[in-house]
Amino acid sequence: MTDFLNALALLGNFVIVPGLAYGSQLALGALGVTMVYAVLRFSNFAHGETMSFGAMVTILVTWWLQERGVNFGPLPTALLALPIGIAGTVLMCLLSDRFVYRYYRRERAAPVTYLIVSVGILFVLSGLVRFVIGPQDRIFADGERFIMKARAFKQMTGLEQGLAIKTTQGVTVVTAVIVVAVIFWFLNRTRTGKSMRAYSDNEDLALLSGVSPDKVVLVSWAIAGTLATIAGTLYGLDKSFKPFTYFQLLLPIFAAAIVGGIGHPVGAVVGGYVVAFSEVTVTYAYKKFLIYIVPESWEPEGLVQLLSTEYKFAVSFVILVVVLLIRPTGIFKGKVL
Amino acid sequence: MPDMSFLQGESLYGGYGGADILQGCSIGVDKGEIAVVVGPNGAGKSTAMKAIFGMLSVREGSVTLNGQDISKLPPQERVALGMGFVPQNGNVFTSMTVKENLEMGAFIRRDDFRSTMEQVFSLFPVLAEKHAQPAGELSGGQRQQVAVGRALMTRPSVLMLDEPTAGVSPIVMDETVDRIIEIAKTGIAILMVEQNARQALEIADRGFVLVQGRNRYTDTGAALLADPEVRRSFLGG
Repeated sequence: MTDFLNALALLGNFVIVPGLAYGSQLALGALGVTMVYAVLRFSNFAHGETMSFGAMVTILVTWWLQERGVNFGPLPTALLALPIGIAGTVLMCLLSDRFVYRYYRRERAAPVTYLIVSVGILFVLSGLVRFVIGPQDRIFADGERFIMKARAFKQMTGLEQGLAIKTTQGVTVVTAVIVVAVIFWFLNRTRTGKSMRAYSDNEDLALLSGVSPDKVVLVSWAIAGTLATIAGTLYGLDKSFKPFTYFQLLLPIFAAAIVGGIGHPVGAVVGGYVVAFSEVTVTYAYKKFLIYIVPESWEPEGLVQLLSTEYKFAVSFVILVVVLLIRPTGIFKGKVL
Repeated sequence: MPDMSFLQGESLYGGYGGADILQGCSIGVDKGEIAVVVGPNGAGKSTAMKAIFGMLSVREGSVTLNGQDISKLPPQERVALGMGFVPQNGNVFTSMTVKENLEMGAFIRRDDFRSTMEQVFSLFPVLAEKHAQPAGELSGGQRQQVAVGRALMTRPSVLMLDEPTAGVSPIVMDETVDRIIEIAKTGIAILMVEQNARQALEIADRGFVLVQGRNRYTDTGAALLADPEVRRSFLGG
C-alpha cells in the first residue's frame, strides 16, 4: 500500500502537477488562438509573440514595482503588474489591427493571406521584444516559492516520495480556471458575447441582425490580447521568460486548438490539457514509478522514458498530424482548417 | 404617378456588378397583404428581394417604405425601420439555441422583448418546446420557423421571405403557408418569392410574374391563376 502511495506521489509530483500547470497555460493560449480564428477567421501565427510581448510588458512593470518596494506578499508581484501588461498588449493588438489587419479585412483577403500577414507581425513583435528586453533568460517570480514543499509533504504523510507544489503552479491553475469561467460566462450570457458567437456562426445574418462588425472585432482583439498576456505571464512565472521559447510554444498551442476543434472555446481548453499531458507523460522516465508498483524481479533496467525531453515538441507535432488526418474537425467538431 | 404601396420597389435596375439582372421591375405590398413574386429560374426574383432589402445596390429606380425613400440605406438600417428579411439559405445561427436565435433577432431592441418572444412561441409552439436546442439540430421546417421567428423579433411592419417552403415536405409546406397567412392577418405586409407558384398565388393578394428582370404580369393572385396565358406559360397548364 505504501509503495502504491509512493508511486502516486511520484506521479503527482512529476506528471500531474506540472501537466496541470502547463495544460492551463496552453489552454489559455489556445483559447486566444481559437477566438481569433472564430471571429476574425484566420490562424494567428503571431499569438506566441503576443504572449511574449504581454509577458515583457508585465515584467517591465514588475521591475518598476519591485524598485519601489511594492510586493504582493506570498504571491508573485507580476500579478499586480498584470493589468497594465494586459492594457499594453490589447493596445498593441488594436494598433496592429488598425494599421495592418483592417486593410486586409476590407480587401476581403483570403485566409492564407491573413496567415502570412500574421507571420509578418510575428517577426516584428519578436524583434521588438528582443530589442526592448533582450534575448536572455529571465526569472521574475518572487514571493513564496512553494505552496507545499517536498519535505513538508514527506513529514506530513510519512511517505518516501515528496510532492511539491510551486506557488507559480498553483497561481497558474487558479488563474486559468477563473479566466476560462469568465470567458464562458461572457460568451454565453452577455449580449456582446452572444453577438460575437452569432458573428462567428453566420456573419451575414449577424450583420442583418444589427451586430456591428467593428465592435465585434475590437472585443475579439481585447480578449485575445488579454488571454495572451495572462498565458504568457503565467508561463514565464512558472518556467522563466525567454523570448525564443514563446515562438516554440506556437506549435503546442495550435495543436491544442486543433485537437479540441478550432473555433470551439471548450475544445481549446480540453485540447490544452490533452497536449500538455501527452507531452509530460511521454517524456517522463517511469523507472522509479515502476520500481514501486512491480515486483522486484521485473524491475526495469533503463529509464523507461518513451521520448527524451528534448523531443517534446515532436509530441505536439504528431498529435497535430494525426488529428488532421483522422478527425480534422477535432474533438468538439470545430471548423475544418 | 406610380402606384405607391407601403413598401414599393419602383423601376429597379441593377445586379451583381456585371450586366443588370433587374430590368426595371416594380414590386410593392401594403400592410396586411401578401405579395408573391413568381417566375422562371433566373428571372431575378431573389435579386429583386435583395435589391429591395438593400443587399445589392440599385443602379436606377427607388425603394420607398411608407413614403420615405430608403434606396441608399444599408440593410441594418432598413431592419431598424421595420423591415424583416428571411434569406433562403443560412437563415439561422446553427450553433446557437433557438432562444438565442430569437434574442439575436431582437439585437437592435433595447427594450424588454420577452412578450414578443412569447408571441413567436405561440405562433410556433414547437419552438417553445425546443428553445434550448441548437438550431442546427432541428428539422428543415423547424429551422424555417426559427428563421421567421428571428425576423419577427424586431416587430417588423414588412416581412420578406425568400422561398420559405424550399426543401420542406408538402405537409410542412402547408403549415408554413398557414403561418404566413396568420402573420399577415396581424397587419404585417408580407413579400415573398416562391418556386411553388400555384400554391403561393392561391394565397396572394398581389402576384408579380417576373421574366428576365421585368414585370410580365401583375394582378391579384386569383386573377393570375385564372388567366389562361399565365397558366400555360408559368403554371404548367
